[in-house]
Amino acid sequence: MKSKFTIFALITFALLSWGLYEALIGAPTEATMGPVQRIFYYHVPCAWVMELCFPANFLLSIAYLIWRKPEIDALAVSTAEVGVVFCTIVLLTGPIWGKPVWGIWWTWDARLTSTLVLWLIYVSYLILRKFSIGGPNAVLAASLAIFGCLDAVFVFMAIRWFRTQHPKPVFGGGADSGIDPRMLQAFFVNMAAFTALGILLVWLRFVLERTRQKVEEAHAMKALGATR
Amino acid sequence: MTFATTLKNTLAKDLQLEWRSKDAINSMLFFALLVVVIFSFSFDLSPEESRPIAGGLVWVALLFAAVVALNQTWSRELRNSVLDAYRIAPAPLESLFLAKTIGNFIFVSVLELVIAPLFVIFYNLRSVGPVYQLVLASVLGNWALVVNGTFFGAISIRTRSREVLLPLLLFPISIPAMLAAVNATANTLTGEGSAYLPLVFLAVYDVVFTAVGLFLFETVLQAE
Amino acid sequence: MTSTDNPGFVVSLREVSKLYGRFAALRNVTADFAAGKLYLILGENGAGKSTLLRVIAGLIRPTRGQLEVLGSKDIRSIGSQFGYMAHASMLYEELSGMENLQYFARLYGISDPAICEHAIRTVGLDPSLARRAGQYSQGMKQRMSLARAILNDPKLLLLDEPFSNVDVTSAREMARLLGEMRDHGRTIFLVTHQPALLERIADESVWMSAGEIILREHGVSAEAIASGVTPVQRRSDAP
Repeated sequence: MKSKFTIFALITFALLSWGLYEALIGAPTEATMGPVQRIFYYHVPCAWVMELCFPANFLLSIAYLIWRKPEIDALAVSTAEVGVVFCTIVLLTGPIWGKPVWGIWWTWDARLTSTLVLWLIYVSYLILRKFSIGGPNAVLAASLAIFGCLDAVFVFMAIRWFRTQHPKPVFGGGADSGIDPRMLQAFFVNMAAFTALGILLVWLRFVLERTRQKVEEAHAMKALGATR
Repeated sequence: MTFATTLKNTLAKDLQLEWRSKDAINSMLFFALLVVVIFSFSFDLSPEESRPIAGGLVWVALLFAAVVALNQTWSRELRNSVLDAYRIAPAPLESLFLAKTIGNFIFVSVLELVIAPLFVIFYNLRSVGPVYQLVLASVLGNWALVVNGTFFGAISIRTRSREVLLPLLLFPISIPAMLAAVNATANTLTGEGSAYLPLVFLAVYDVVFTAVGLFLFETVLQAE
Repeated sequence: MTSTDNPGFVVSLREVSKLYGRFAALRNVTADFAAGKLYLILGENGAGKSTLLRVIAGLIRPTRGQLEVLGSKDIRSIGSQFGYMAHASMLYEELSGMENLQYFARLYGISDPAICEHAIRTVGLDPSLARRAGQYSQGMKQRMSLARAILNDPKLLLLDEPFSNVDVTSAREMARLLGEMRDHGRTIFLVTHQPALLERIADESVWMSAGEIILREHGVSAEAIASGVTPVQRRSDAP
């Protein structure tokens, strides 16, 4: 298990290094936006990882409420934490890219707002986990996650329908026709690299959480004075 | 001990309790008044300027005032461990949830009956669109706020800093409902744009989250 | 472990444990309790007495183990057949005693106010008292809480320190009442630090320590009344 992890970590590191090279040097500078456009190679992959983590947490929360297995909860908390980290990066890199290129830090369009709301919901999820007294953390947090993810869907729809009077600059993708193949390469390498990083971090956090759970269980068995 | 009778009895009991402890209602109403006043003189606007914004202001003011009411109704059940007495009785837990939600809905509506007219007065508001739409937005928006608030109130029973955690959990989740309610209110007040879509949206939101709340309430209340 | 195997057992516990993180409130408790008896649950603070009662009442789910109460593994389904009372009054402060009981009675499907009146009179209080429960003395609160617990004429009664802060006369009256209920076939579990009150009434003393049942003895021993010390400790202290 440990060797698998090490190999995967090395692959991730290799991908990230390659991605870094491609993003900063390999890919040509974008004609209109200039060097700041390179943030795109980080912003979009991070958003992608976040979009894997949060729905995963939603499914895991449902699964936990049905089966109540500690492994499921460990995976749930891992995806939530990693998701929040990547979501934070998305929310920080977006405005950094947006301001020089489009002249605005922020706009309340559907994608941005639902990303922000998801961030708020999952931060409150993590706070709830910290603040629960005694045992029920996992159950309460799982219930919150279900509410939260359903809510995010509503947020997305709400903004699309109710904020049409505001201008909506198109983010995400930079999908102009005739995109330079070196840019595409940089993009895909970084997508792979960040996905690998996301998986690695979730894996690591999962192992940490399982270890903590097992230690608690060992203490509990000791307290029970059981010999089996 | 059927669903309907338990619902009726619990709701009647809650209303009776609220009536008896009038100091709680009075402080909530006064708090609502204060919120309105502070908002009103923070944004000094002419009637035309205020119409598109008043919707947002009313709902934000209501959100803050509602949290006070929501915290109150659950803390009453925790005093003297009365909730334990409910849990061991053969009464369905879902009817407790619905009874508390309806009770909260009534309290928050009372708060709104204080807040809304005050905004009308302070901003010299006059609605261009039909008033029944405002009422509908108010009813559906209140329910959205209250159904989530009651559920998260039940969650925060098991936590430290219970009274802080309730708004902390409630505010992010309420965002889409607030958006729709504000939109419907603003559209009606200014007469621009249709309030139909946001009202339907709110109705769907209400149905979905009431269902999820009913479904998960027992899980959350009996969580160990 | 069904009631057909053990028809007389009203409560059966198998390896029941309750863990709070690293603290074991109950440790592998295995015991059977026959119907129609009054059991005193005794032991030092933190021994797990309250936890045991709450587990039987279904307010706490055991971390491990199984239990069967009144022939059912799902305690929620037999809610109408048992009553529970704790140190907290479990009453609404803003309502009068009668109003409190009427509300709880309706939760059990009882709509006849005469039943509530009877329960209140049985514990020696006046049903027409309009005073709010919040203004009761501690003894009155305990008695009203007991009235609430016996409203549904339960087969099983779980009482956690019902006599604390109650004056001696009222306490003796309550003890006599409990004895009568036991004589009519009810099963009673009573946690108390005042075993003397139940001296001639209790059928069995169940001693707990550190989450386990360490001793079950007939009636209430004189040493328990005199010194209040767990018998195991007494025996180990003996020269």
